[in-house]
Amino acid sequence: MNTNGAVVNATDVTRRYGEGEAAVDALRGVSLAVAPGELVAVMGPSGSGKSTLMHILAGLDKPTSGEVWVDGESITSMGDTELTKLRRRSIGFVFQFFNLLPMLNAEENVVLPLSIAGEKPDKQWLDELMAKTGLRDRRTHRPSELSGGQAQRVAIARALVSRPAIVFADEPTGNLDSKTSGEILQLMRDSVDTLGQTTVMVTHESRAAAIADRVLFLADGLIVDERKDISAADVVSLMQSLDS
Amino acid sequence: MLQVALKGLAGRKLRAFLTGFAIVLGVAMVSGTFVLTDTLKAGFGEIFTSVYKSTDAVITGRSAIGNGNSGNIAPSLPASLLAKVRSLPDVAAVQGGVSDQAQLVGRDGKVISNGFAPGLAFSVNTKGTQQFNPLVLVSGSWPRGSHEIAIDQSTADKQHFAVGNTIGAVARGPVQQYRITGIVKLGNVSSIGGATMAIFDLPTAQTIFGKEGKLDGIDVAAKQGISPAKLVAEIKPILPRIAQVRSGTQQAAKQVQDTSAATSFLQKFLLAFGGIALFVGIFVIANTLSITIAQRAREFGTLRTLGATRRQVMTSVIVEGGVIGVLASVSGLFIGLGIAKGLEALFVSFGIDLPHGNTIFATRTVIVSLVVGTVVTVLASLLPALRATRVEPIAAVREGALPPSRLTRFGIPAAAGTMAVAIALLLFGGLAKGATGTERLLAIGLGVVASFIGMALAAPRFVPPLASTLGWPGAHVGGVSGSLARENAMRNPARTASTAAALMIGLALVTAVGVLASGIKATFEHAVDTQFLGDYALTSENGFTPTGVASENAVRKVPGVQVVSGVRAGEARAFGSHINVTGVEPNVGRVIKITWVSGGPGVPAALGRAGAFVSSTYAKDHHLALGSRLPIELPTGQTVPLAVQGVFKAPNGGSPFGNVTISTSLFDRIYQEPQNVFAFVDMAGGVSPANTGALTSALASFPDAKVQTESAFKKQQESGINVFLNLLYVLLSLSILVSLFGIVNTLVLSVFERTRELGMLRAVGMTRRQTRRMIRHESVVTALIGASLGIPLGVGLALLVGEALGSFTIAIPWGTLIVFVIAAIIAGLLAAIFPARRAARLNILAALQYE
Repeated sequence: MNTNGAVVNATDVTRRYGEGEAAVDALRGVSLAVAPGELVAVMGPSGSGKSTLMHILAGLDKPTSGEVWVDGESITSMGDTELTKLRRRSIGFVFQFFNLLPMLNAEENVVLPLSIAGEKPDKQWLDELMAKTGLRDRRTHRPSELSGGQAQRVAIARALVSRPAIVFADEPTGNLDSKTSGEILQLMRDSVDTLGQTTVMVTHESRAAAIADRVLFLADGLIVDERKDISAADVVSLMQSLDS
Repeated sequence: MLQVALKGLAGRKLRAFLTGFAIVLGVAMVSGTFVLTDTLKAGFGEIFTSVYKSTDAVITGRSAIGNGNSGNIAPSLPASLLAKVRSLPDVAAVQGGVSDQAQLVGRDGKVISNGFAPGLAFSVNTKGTQQFNPLVLVSGSWPRGSHEIAIDQSTADKQHFAVGNTIGAVARGPVQQYRITGIVKLGNVSSIGGATMAIFDLPTAQTIFGKEGKLDGIDVAAKQGISPAKLVAEIKPILPRIAQVRSGTQQAAKQVQDTSAATSFLQKFLLAFGGIALFVGIFVIANTLSITIAQRAREFGTLRTLGATRRQVMTSVIVEGGVIGVLASVSGLFIGLGIAKGLEALFVSFGIDLPHGNTIFATRTVIVSLVVGTVVTVLASLLPALRATRVEPIAAVREGALPPSRLTRFGIPAAAGTMAVAIALLLFGGLAKGATGTERLLAIGLGVVASFIGMALAAPRFVPPLASTLGWPGAHVGGVSGSLARENAMRNPARTASTAAALMIGLALVTAVGVLASGIKATFEHAVDTQFLGDYALTSENGFTPTGVASENAVRKVPGVQVVSGVRAGEARAFGSHINVTGVEPNVGRVIKITWVSGGPGVPAALGRAGAFVSSTYAKDHHLALGSRLPIELPTGQTVPLAVQGVFKAPNGGSPFGNVTISTSLFDRIYQEPQNVFAFVDMAGGVSPANTGALTSALASFPDAKVQTESAFKKQQESGINVFLNLLYVLLSLSILVSLFGIVNTLVLSVFERTRELGMLRAVGMTRRQTRRMIRHESVVTALIGASLGIPLGVGLALLVGEALGSFTIAIPWGTLIVFVIAAIIAGLLAAIFPARRAARLNILAALQYE
């Protein structure tokens, strides 16, 4: 198994939708590796293939060719049940629309992945997590009683609760106002810094990219650029050049 | 706007299909009922038209007291009438015949019986032409003399009898063996149902049935050019009081009419179940449409922003309902043809094998089915349509559901009000002495319907606690699937409530029927236990047709028999209405315990030729006391003066005696063919295998009779109730099936609505198996809510109705109720199969991106 210590590793991944003349190549040969404790942002104009890439890395979609390793295991040929178990164990998700269960309270939503796996949460860890995400006094609130930012904090805590090898965040600030977005991005950065949580985030927000350790730029299904420690202003100008 | 409605419908084919299915079954039941009863009616018509095809006039006996419950109580005619009719100027030919009932005996020595179908017996005139004979020979020749018989083709085929074989037949006396000379059938009639036919020559038939010198019917042919009406007019004046004449066509019409009473009862009975299924269908459709409308709030909002009025929105929903209704009705109409066949098979399996002709698909069937199905669906779409009008244009850009139904605010008072109306109606139906039977039945029916509506209105209040309790086991053994299922069942109480309410209706009805039946059985058993003093009961093989007195006499000769006491039964008229008359022997008190109100144990032996004893209710209704005069009028027109010598109290579960009981010595003098309904036997040594064996072998030549111990007697008498009970269960299961589709609909729509949630759950590690389990648990919780609303409601209804009828004790059949709960769980599991599979197969990506 050649993953070079990377948490996520992809080699020459392609993804084609449809067949014949109507076929669309969403990914045309992408290779990448995400190191432990790294926060990687994936950026690109709409239709660049960034969401497809994340879905394939997370085992939600299958590549047409190429191979993907997550947490040391090749996921490309896994069956549904194996993949499901892998997601339980090694992957956390943060969605644009929070996707909380309305009938569960904040804490129940947070521990949901553990409940699904039939595990009991570690009380101390849960307390720490709730404190870190600022949800200590919101534990028994239902999603309908939470603001957007609070809901997304619950979602982040839910992604972190099983101490996954990797967290995938799909436009985590896409549904939030500017101030709240900043808080959420800070929380994600914080989880990388203090917990060492490896994270891959798909975004089109320049501020989000600016907190990343590394930013991958996708266009037409290929990685066209890769920057470390880039500023928000640089991101904007790079994106403009990609759009044109 | 209309186009929007239709296109929208076409875009949601699966949902439209699932919605419509709730009405398809009800319509199919309605259509199937019409097809079946029309076909039965045509079958009877075919038989009677065939029987009287070549007869200009028919002379039959006329009961002086009209047709009773058992129908055929007309007295026989004197054979001398035949010569008088023949000598009339316009008569070309006459023929007299005897018709009665006799049972054929199979090769196993048992009577051939197809459930409740009769064993018919006819005479044929072997001399001269067969111009009046509706029967045709399939093979062989007509029977002649006292040792020959012809039998019907269907029995010959089924029991493997052929011309030249010997077959037993039993009528009044012991079984007699006959040589089969012919196999016959009734003209071109396709089916005579399960009835068997035994054909003898006239003198033999007269001997067998004790009708020497008598005839049951005389067929008359008119001379050329004489109309049947003229012939009838000519015959009328010479007839005795106990005879009547009709033209052949009139007679056929009369007999069709007599049977149509039965078929139209059957029609109403079956339509009631179609009605119940449609009623349940209304709940299912209203609920399904409400859910889809809530899910389409954004669509309606968009239409409103584009300028659609509230009225247009409402119309589009109603049009949608109407189109679903029409399509479902058309499907139901044709599925009804299959249902008709299914119902017929069902009846045959319950021993009710009726004649049937070609399948009749009447215009009325088409119209009624289509109109009922469509109207019901449109009615069901009215409330959802009203809700749709309350969608504001802003919903176009807003995430979120409909405002809650305004009705929920009035839920509890409305439920309480409806429930009060229901109870009032039920009490009126049960207790109102002045009201007619129809009025009371109608009140009970409406009361039951009102109780369902009341319960359904209150149901949303019960859902959270019920779901929480009923979901508890699942939540504790089913892991996260179980607890999420419990939460899901509680998150939209109105939806869960109305889904469960549909199942509640079916379960309440089967429960009510089950509780009432068990009460009736318990009361009957109690009545037998208290009255049955003897060791054995002697009855006919099937327990309900009367048997000849000869079997009683055969038992009398068995060594060790101490008492044999027969109970005869007949009909008469007293105080202007029909009564059942029973005849008892002087020793009846030794085998049946009689509770005397007036008179005493000496009464039966002292009845003589003018005494009678009556039940206390009959005495009360007609102000009878010891010494009261009680003249009864017999079918022959003869009036017998009786005097009341005793009054007894019959237990709630019934007594072996009719309203009026006389001595057998009088009974046998005044009734043409006395028969026993029961005889009771007391033996030295009581019930023992030896005694049972001795009695059974004494009855070897009476295959239509048998002896039973008290418990076997109870069991057999109850088997009739059980047959009817099972028939009701099968018919009610149709409405349970409809409600099952309601659960399927709700779950499919919920899965659809929770697509993104399901995607998230799968993304964070829920397996397909866990997903399926979650849906299954929710389905079972919903079904159990239906059961916990329906079963107590059913018990309550049975208690109310039972209390109102007042004549029997209530016995709650706990075992049966547990079976119903298990059935509800199974129903829930079945309903979940399809939705669970859909949920488990959702593409996670598509689910996450789903909006």
